[in-house]
Amino acid sequence: MRKTVTIESTAVLLDVNNIDTDQIIPARFLKAVSRDSFGEKLFYNWRYRKDGSPDESFALNRSKGSVLVAGANFGCGSSREHAAWALADYGFGAVVASSFADIFRNNALNNGLVPVQVSPGFLERAVSAIRKDPDTKIDVDLSDRSIRVEGVGMETFPIGEYKRECLMKGYDDMDYLLSILSDIEKFEKRNAI
Amino acid sequence: MGKTTFDKIWDAHVVKSVEDGPDILYIDRHLVHEVTSPQAFAGLKARGLKVRRPDRTFAACDHNTPTHNQDNPIADPSSATAVAALAANTKANGIPYFPLGDPANGILHVIGPEQGIVLCGQTVVCGDSHTSTHGALGNIAFGIGTSEVEMVLATQCIMQCKPKQARIDVNGTLRPGVCPKDVILYIISRLGTSGCTGHFVEYCGDVFRGMSMEGRMTVCNMSIEMGARGGLVAPDETTFDYIRGRRFAPKGADFDRDVAYWKTLASDEDVHYDMEFAFDAADIHPMVTYGTNPGMGMPVTGTIPSSAVGCDPGSFNDALAYMGFEPGERLLGHKVDYVFLGSCTDGRIEDFRAFADVVEGHRKAAGVTAWLVPGSKSVERRIEEEGIGRTLRDAGFEIRQPGCSACLAMNDDKVPEGKYCVSTSNRNFVGRQGRGARTILSGPAVAAACAVAGVISCPDEL
Ligand code: SF4
Repeated sequence: MRKTVTIESTAVLLDVNNIDTDQIIPARFLKAVSRDSFGEKLFYNWRYRKDGSPDESFALNRSKGSVLVAGANFGCGSSREHAAWALADYGFGAVVASSFADIFRNNALNNGLVPVQVSPGFLERAVSAIRKDPDTKIDVDLSDRSIRVEGVGMETFPIGEYKRECLMKGYDDMDYLLSILSDIEKFEKRNAI
Repeated sequence: MGKTTFDKIWDAHVVKSVEDGPDILYIDRHLVHEVTSPQAFAGLKARGLKVRRPDRTFAACDHNTPTHNQDNPIADPSSATAVAALAANTKANGIPYFPLGDPANGILHVIGPEQGIVLCGQTVVCGDSHTSTHGALGNIAFGIGTSEVEMVLATQCIMQCKPKQARIDVNGTLRPGVCPKDVILYIISRLGTSGCTGHFVEYCGDVFRGMSMEGRMTVCNMSIEMGARGGLVAPDETTFDYIRGRRFAPKGADFDRDVAYWKTLASDEDVHYDMEFAFDAADIHPMVTYGTNPGMGMPVTGTIPSSAVGCDPGSFNDALAYMGFEPGERLLGHKVDYVFLGSCTDGRIEDFRAFADVVEGHRKAAGVTAWLVPGSKSVERRIEEEGIGRTLRDAGFEIRQPGCSACLAMNDDKVPEGKYCVSTSNRNFVGRQGRGARTILSGPAVAAACAVAGVISCPDEL
């Protein structure tokens, strides 16, 4: 997994609550058997018109940046990790929202995509700052769990110590689990599994 | 302080804990389907690993499968590739696989309980959010992502922080004609789509105690729609009776020994839940949704709220615009184009019985396209054995072959743009049943009434 310590970027603003994984990546694109190229399909139904031409009014077609700023309950719905792959493949390093759906949060963390959960008030101020000035700089720093939004201020965000270290060192859970196989075997013996 | 059912099962499966971090949780049953597994098998291969416990892993294809002519090759090339990959991966790793046409094939969350694969007291995962269905058997079941699928294949474990716990009580007696689906749609309409985020739910009280196992599955299935990781009903005699004699379930003395253990899993008296909610059964009526998330629900005889309830005004207006509804509008009598009976929420024999009971003595409305899709081959057989198939065909309905079908429209069963579909599935998200499709969620009885009347109807007013 890629290493992430800080992300400094402008933001793509998608000020919508309850963005579900069907919107992030529609089901018809889930038939692929590899992890590649899902970025092209990210937010497909919002990003492209029915005739396949890009909808210039949609945020992704207007602004650039590696931080996506969205509303509450981001990533609800299906467990499809394709949603996290699509966001990461497109080039996002962090998603800022006032809350995340549980499975999406795990999927994001397992793909080096930082779920930055901020207070609703902070989010509101950040949204209006970005709306006023699309070049507003955002700075996410895992070393002190902070997010800074130019002209708005700073807030810390919750992330477990273990996961923070994983992101900063580029480790994933698989590396850890494979390192404790003997404990797993002991557990199976003890429980006669 | 005592332990909840959830605590007891969780604690029994912790291999070890990371300090200040997640627990390493041992997994008893891993269910695998074709959409979320190919990248996991590929990852495993790239690391030079094999599936650690194929005996605890079970696979079936369900999402990409056509619902007619299943004996022919799958026409869509990418669906065919995904299904073929699952066949090859399960074969290479010695995983029991129920392919298309197999007597045990069906939607994983239908066949898991039905085949006795999933039991009480277990930890159950699948790369699918509706894994929560299995909690009906009194176990911890939740959906995972593909990276986690790979971890379970490789190590039979995943790393999870223990979620908080919520308790939802529904006491009293349900009104006649109220189905389990109405109960859960009602709860979600009250708690919202993120009302239980970060929590695992235990369903308690008279209504769930008195509910059949299949009804409990319908309820637990939709736990995820209010943000919960999963939901369970503590095991009781109804649970043990359901499991007894099923294909992969323990038999004889082994079964008796397991039941003795399962009986210890009920929540203790002095337990703490992080959130508690209580509802009165008498307040629940047959439900429909009017918006684009499952929390936007109301009694079928009701009116759409005149302003946003449980969501922001922007989402409310967007949802109604997408659905083509007005604030304050009544839905009764509104035109219906499609009806879908099926999915892991309502694709079991009791759902087909409930649908057929309403249909009996009527005919399908001419303007309605109805897709009746059994959740599994076994449900398909029961439909014929019980004469339900004949009743439905006599009324002008056709029964299709098992699979996820129009629940997420990955196969050909897509609702065209702008059309209204009354659906017994679990999600009414924008575009879920096809680009531009308008989904109205309901239970099987309301869906049947709509199919017969051709408009939104209440079963007891037919
Ligand atoms: S029936 Fe629907 S919700 Fe259930 S597993 Fe299939 S696609 Fe998912």
